[in-house]
Amino acid sequence: MEGISLLTITVLAVFVGFEVVSKVSSTLHTPLMSGANAIHGIILVGSIIVAGQASEPLVLAVALLAVVLATANLVGGFVVTDRMLEMFHGRGPGRGTRAAGARAVDDAAVVPDPAESAVVEASNPAHESGAR
Amino acid sequence: MTLLDPLWTALLYLAAAVCFILALKGLNSPRTARRGNLVGAFGAVVAVVTVFLSVKMDNVPWIMGAIVVGSGIAAPVARRVRMTQMPQLVALFNGVGGGAAALVALLELAHTEDPWVRLAIVFTLLVGAVSFSGSGVTFAKLQELMTTRPVVFPGLPVAMALALLAGLAAAGAIVGTGSTGLALLLLAVGLVAGVLLVLPVGGADVPIVISLLNAFTGLAVAASGLVLGNVLLVVAGTLVGASGTILTRAMAAAMGRSVAGILFGAFKGGSTAGSTTASDRPVRSSSAEDVAVLLGYAQRVIIVPGYGLAVAQGQHTAAELAEALEERGIRVDFAIHPVAGRMPGHMNVLLAEANVPYESLKEMSEINSEFKTTDVALVVGANDVVNPAAKTTAGSPIYGMPILEVGEARQVVFLKRSMRPGFAGVENDLLYEPQTTLLFGDAKDSLTQVLAAVKGL
Repeated sequence: MEGISLLTITVLAVFVGFEVVSKVSSTLHTPLMSGANAIHGIILVGSIIVAGQASEPLVLAVALLAVVLATANLVGGFVVTDRMLEMFHGRGPGRGTRAAGARAVDDAAVVPDPAESAVVEASNPAHESGAR
Repeated sequence: MTLLDPLWTALLYLAAAVCFILALKGLNSPRTARRGNLVGAFGAVVAVVTVFLSVKMDNVPWIMGAIVVGSGIAAPVARRVRMTQMPQLVALFNGVGGGAAALVALLELAHTEDPWVRLAIVFTLLVGAVSFSGSGVTFAKLQELMTTRPVVFPGLPVAMALALLAGLAAAGAIVGTGSTGLALLLLAVGLVAGVLLVLPVGGADVPIVISLLNAFTGLAVAASGLVLGNVLLVVAGTLVGASGTILTRAMAAAMGRSVAGILFGAFKGGSTAGSTTASDRPVRSSSAEDVAVLLGYAQRVIIVPGYGLAVAQGQHTAAELAEALEERGIRVDFAIHPVAGRMPGHMNVLLAEANVPYESLKEMSEINSEFKTTDVALVVGANDVVNPAAKTTAGSPIYGMPILEVGEARQVVFLKRSMRPGFAGVENDLLYEPQTTLLFGDAKDSLTQVLAAVKGL
């Protein structure tokens, strides 16, 4: 692609990046940082391109190391963000209200919610098989 | 053989970029955050599938293997990590991303003659390496593998300046010659610079540095996109670089710090000075039963949770105590300092995990005026975020940080393990005030005892 179009895109992306996080409450700073962290794991695409062109063993080895690191960033980043966010729920349905007594809260805390863990389980293989 | 023509490739990359923007947008609100994150993950899958279908590829089995290895390491770690250790895990993932960008740039150097592309390569190498080693040091600090205090030595500014000069010289030579040997040298300089950058940062400021390095990695990825001529990398990297910069400033503002002050404050000296008052002054320590009486006959209680609560895994007991008090007709809220725990928002995550409703978690600006009318402020495992030294002691490492005004409550109860100062290493004068009661012990044990005593009232 021509340099000037890339520059145009870069400048526009800077403004989108500024706009998209300009008014976030401090409550969500950590998940937002973690989510942004996962997004730059997309360097995996670059690592794959480089590894796919490698012809010497040494170059391939270094490129594959980059693939491993980038995958760790990408997959780990999204999974850890999801784990943080699954903790965020308001006084929604399906949860004991606080007036229902300490026992309900305790139970909910000890017994893992099968629906929630199923989502995490399901989202991961999807990642990996998609990447394959 | 490629299945996708350039037009489709560009369209799919565009779709992935839109997913990333929607992901960041979704992360702005608690209601949409989780969906936003999944949209981002979906965009990443689209992008990775697209690259396999659009570029002529050798070594595909090897690449698949490397992806399996990377996911096989990262996914279980990310799924099992304790929520208290999450900040250092984010730092680690950020570091390896920067490392990957630097390696990509290193390998691309042999494929180009264009000085502009070489310039982008040089930038990626340097920034990626800084992010990699800098994140490593933040990890060590947060995991307490090394001291959390600022590490300063007399030659530090000189070493930093030398590293910078060496980096610039190597960078200039690489743009001229394209030498791989010099690129390795630049990589080494970047690694050293990353360590030097983070060493002088005090423990309490480390999360802000993680955010800054996160933005750095984003910029490195954007530059590697320029190197490879890949629009998606440019857009995603720039998005993270820009939003990460804003986020870093927002975090620093929440702590009353400036980013430059955090990075270079320790150079000026003085910022490591703690309170000079002797620590053998008398304090009033008390029993769980006494604390239960204080709490049980109050009208209004505010609980201030801190990192100690998280370490002791006492968030569930704290939630139960709040509930037991509410059953007695007492109004209970949790006051969350923006940097309670180890990262902005960390404490909200921990308490949400303990099923404390989002509505009972009050932000600092919202609740600070209410301490005046509060009977008991119960501080559980927090110290720096309620330390009046942040307002009164100029030169203290936490000076200027906004604090929760627990000192204005009629009674203050601290649940603490010991008289050891908090993460920032500053003594807390509030502990010696007449309205303050201390209950020593592990936060969870103390809370359990207080809870039992409250139920027995």
